Amino acid sequence: MSLLEVDDVVVQFGGVTAVNHASFVAESGRVTGLIGPNGAGKTTCFNVISGLQKPTRGHVRFDGKGINHTPVHRRAKRGIGRTFQRLEAFGSLTVRDNVRVAYDIHRGVAGMVRPAAANIDALLERVGISQYAQERADSIPTGTARLLELARCLASEPKLLLLDEPSSGLDESETEAFGALLQDLAREGRGVLMVEHDMDLVMSVCDVIHVLDFGEVISSGEPADVRADKRVQNAYLGYSDDADADHTRTDLEAVHDTTLIPAVEAQA
Amino acid sequence: MSSFMSYTIFGLFSGAAYAIAASGLVLTYTTTRVFNIAHGAFGMVLSFVFWDFSVRQGLPLWLSLVLVLGVVAPLIGWFLQRFVVRGMGEGPVSVSLVVTVGLLVFCIGLATYVWPPEARSVPPFMPTSGIQLGDTYVTAHQIITILSSVVVAVLLYLLLTRTRIGTAMRASVDNPELLKLFGGRPDRVAALSWAIGISLAALSGILLVSVVGLDYYALTLLVVNAYAAAMLGRLKSLPLTFLGAMALGLLTSYSAGYLPPDGWLNDLRNVIAPLFLFLVIVAMPQAQLRVGQVKGIVSAPLPSLGKALGWGAALLIFTALLTGNLSTANLLLVGTAATYAMVMLSLVLLTGYGGHVSLAQFTFAGVGALAYAKLDEPNLYGLLVSALIAAGVGALVALPVLRLTGLYLALSTLAFAVLMDKLVFQADFAFGFNGTLQARRLSILGTSITSTGGYVLVMTVFLVLMSLFLLFLRRGVLGRVLIAMRDSPAACGTLGLDMRWFRVALFGLSAGMAGLAGGLFAGLRGTIGANDFQFFQSLPLLLLAVVFGVTSVTGATLGGIGLMLLPVLQSNYPSLAGLMLVIIGFGAVLLARDPNGLANLMFKIGRFLEARFAPQLLAKLPVLPGRGSILDEVDEDPLDASFDHNQEVPAHVAP
Amino acid sequence: MSIPILEVVDLHAAYGRIEVLRGVNLSVPKGAVMALLGPNGGGKSTLTKIISGQKKPTSGDIHLGGVNVRDAGSEELARLGLCTVPEGRSVFPNLSVEENLTLMSYAGVSVEAVLETAFAYFPRLLERRLQLAGTLSGGEQQMLAMSRALASDPALLLLDELSMGLAPLIVDELYDTVAQIAESGVSILCIEQFARTALRVSDYAAVMTGGRIVATGEPAEIMETMSDVILGGAA
Repeated sequence: MSLLEVDDVVVQFGGVTAVNHASFVAESGRVTGLIGPNGAGKTTCFNVISGLQKPTRGHVRFDGKGINHTPVHRRAKRGIGRTFQRLEAFGSLTVRDNVRVAYDIHRGVAGMVRPAAANIDALLERVGISQYAQERADSIPTGTARLLELARCLASEPKLLLLDEPSSGLDESETEAFGALLQDLAREGRGVLMVEHDMDLVMSVCDVIHVLDFGEVISSGEPADVRADKRVQNAYLGYSDDADADHTRTDLEAVHDTTLIPAVEAQA
Repeated sequence: MSSFMSYTIFGLFSGAAYAIAASGLVLTYTTTRVFNIAHGAFGMVLSFVFWDFSVRQGLPLWLSLVLVLGVVAPLIGWFLQRFVVRGMGEGPVSVSLVVTVGLLVFCIGLATYVWPPEARSVPPFMPTSGIQLGDTYVTAHQIITILSSVVVAVLLYLLLTRTRIGTAMRASVDNPELLKLFGGRPDRVAALSWAIGISLAALSGILLVSVVGLDYYALTLLVVNAYAAAMLGRLKSLPLTFLGAMALGLLTSYSAGYLPPDGWLNDLRNVIAPLFLFLVIVAMPQAQLRVGQVKGIVSAPLPSLGKALGWGAALLIFTALLTGNLSTANLLLVGTAATYAMVMLSLVLLTGYGGHVSLAQFTFAGVGALAYAKLDEPNLYGLLVSALIAAGVGALVALPVLRLTGLYLALSTLAFAVLMDKLVFQADFAFGFNGTLQARRLSILGTSITSTGGYVLVMTVFLVLMSLFLLFLRRGVLGRVLIAMRDSPAACGTLGLDMRWFRVALFGLSAGMAGLAGGLFAGLRGTIGANDFQFFQSLPLLLLAVVFGVTSVTGATLGGIGLMLLPVLQSNYPSLAGLMLVIIGFGAVLLARDPNGLANLMFKIGRFLEARFAPQLLAKLPVLPGRGSILDEVDEDPLDASFDHNQEVPAHVAP
Repeated sequence: MSIPILEVVDLHAAYGRIEVLRGVNLSVPKGAVMALLGPNGGGKSTLTKIISGQKKPTSGDIHLGGVNVRDAGSEELARLGLCTVPEGRSVFPNLSVEENLTLMSYAGVSVEAVLETAFAYFPRLLERRLQLAGTLSGGEQQMLAMSRALASDPALLLLDELSMGLAPLIVDELYDTVAQIAESGVSILCIEQFARTALRVSDYAAVMTGGRIVATGEPAEIMETMSDVILGGAA
């Protein structure tokens, strides 16, 4: 039984299908990547899992139980935490208080009585933003704010972390540290599901990758396999499928075929 | 049968007038996302203008009509869109609410100033004509009104579907950015819709004025009917809006005709519209959580507890000095200021920290006062129970609209306030129609406080305690969670917070604070009635709170003094009474975009001065006492408080 | 050497403190089709927003047909002859097909002419003229969006992620239309994540990543760079 099972989920906005019969899983102790071109339906999937968006069809199961009708805050209580692509930090509060609020909410009445000060500082330290602790959250750089959202999310002790483009806004060395942190977080038993555009990061930290295109999962597997998957390259580089490619083959594509494949193999 | 017919005709007549107003409201709301609370107020002002043209200046009727509907109203609409509400639709709904409440108060002030109270009347159109329909006589005015609504409906339909600019209006509802890429001008489209909207408000006002009379408030509030009708169409659908308006007109007319003339059912006829509004709002679907918030809203600094205590003590000592020297009349004023300041503190909690706009805060104070007078337990226990009753009522208002936020929540408080004003407060079991109740002054631990000076001091103690409580709250878990909820509801939800119950508790607590103030106020005055807690008073209260700063305790205290001074200035300079409202309304329109208000501006100036002149200032401080007023006294508070806050940051960090 | 139809000079832009464009230089020759490629988050969308007047740059200049249009609003640009087809749904879903077409006349061509051109190119739109645009299929919606480019005879056509969320066959069809428009002499800047279809019709290509243009050239040369940039640096 997987920690999270997304089963045949469909989301339609008006006439547009954002998620089209998507099915994938995320396991505890693993970093799972969810990748795909712009508009492939990744953030919509996150909204469905965290409860901000009702699916038109399909089921989401968490810890073996269906959560389709569970409201947002109960899903959080059950252990689904998330960050946002468009930042949702509490801008009026300090960085430290952002995390503190998360603790307060998570611990409910108990937290209202005795806030866990030590834990907060440890968390800030862990994601590497303790030097910003006293800054207002709307005054810190985006990359830092994303780390803050991660810290805030961790404060609610989730079993599953949904991270929406967590590394955008981070520089190279920060991204590297962040990758290591993600693997640690997973090794401690959490499930991590991440939407990310930095392919270096995805390929190096993810245990499993699912590729979405047109709202459909077109490929799943280990990084090397996904990288070598013809359909994935097509999705990113705009091939329709082999038959169609043959049908409109040009010299240009021949050039492309020969240059792309060796590059991928070198990495694998 | 004939009476049924005439009720129907009257219902259709008023329904038609509501429909005209409501379609204007829907038009402006859909194209610019700004809900114009002042829609009716503009109808009222323009009815006065119409009176001025046609009766006072004696212009021909048709010319006055053309001038008002074709020139003055569109100009006002254009001006509003261009300079007041532009770009406000994308901002937080609390800002546009406060601004349009500001416009409402502005309009009432303007009307009172330009056309001071005197007997005026506007005759119906073609007063001598009419037709006999069976047993029923239908006046020409009624026919004209019903026909006007049909013409308005047809013209709006043609405009919106058959012309390019009308199509652009509908397009800009969907996506104004895309319209720009097409080469359309959303601003021009919005200006046109405001021009038409205000014109329709004027038409509706002019058609109703011969029935309702030229009254500042009646015409303004008649628009609650338009809100109700517009809400039935979800503020989107014009056909449903027309349907809602007609249904409401008929319902009001039938209830006037058929409800028994005595008992509570009789009172019910006055509140059909707010009741209708409330029910329609309750039936609204779940609001979506907003995503994409980055900038924090609350930026007033938080004083340290020590400093807050110090300034609280200073305020107490100052009041104590005052009580020794002031006449009873002036002491009553100080007590009133303390009451208002306390009610504003309840707004700091609800609006400043919580981000919800309440248009019924004074009504909650009224509930507290009523409970206090009825309980007749002039002691701390009685006061506490009164506050609890007000809190319960506040929670009850929030309960049915648990799922809603922003505009709908605010409108439901408006409906509630009107209901209380017209139905409950005037009922026999409450204050009674134009009646009053006696309330005795509080006794604390067996010591009764009879002198006005002593009582005012006790009120100040409560004010200080309430401020400290609020600062304590803001500093603690609840305050942080509140502000977090205001900044990002979506994040709070995904962190596990059930915001619905939190919101109910927040409304309850805030209403309880207002209720406590109301109870104390009842004791101060000794005699209180429904007139002390009129619905309209909540509006300047909200505006002054925002102008002075609804995110800080200092702002609330200053606002309380300001609101107390308002009637004083009005009675001292009656000719300027309207002007005061004009200024407040205008101030709110100017300052609403920053809920931190004047208080925060002072904090900023304070910090700047502190940085430059701190040593000299501190050296001179002991020389200052003796000079001045409360204003001076409080003025210094934020300056020091904020300075202190900055210094104390390291201590705050320590676990 | 004639003046390029679009010239972007040392353009910088930021969201809050995050700089997303760090000195973009780009020039589209008159009558040419240029494809702007690159991964998500590379700054393509921001550049489109700035060229179309939806966002203000922090510094730098934009010339459209030799005129500096840095401070022009998007509706002015539209009336000057820039036709922007933004990413995603670029039609008004609650208006009928005919009403959508009516609004396209703002760019300076009469309503009748717009309708005529659109229905001549896409007879399917004629069949659905009274249907709400939101109820059309994705491909039909893009046809409707492209009608504006066809009917308004723009000086520059700016296409942002035309193929997003569409089936490959429909994308091919749309690019056939783009090619037709290009043949009529219209200059086109076409922003795409999917390289192949865009490159098929373009004369030049540029690659954008990290807020800069990192390569420009003939489509064939660019293809090499693309595979690296998109699938995450093979080195």
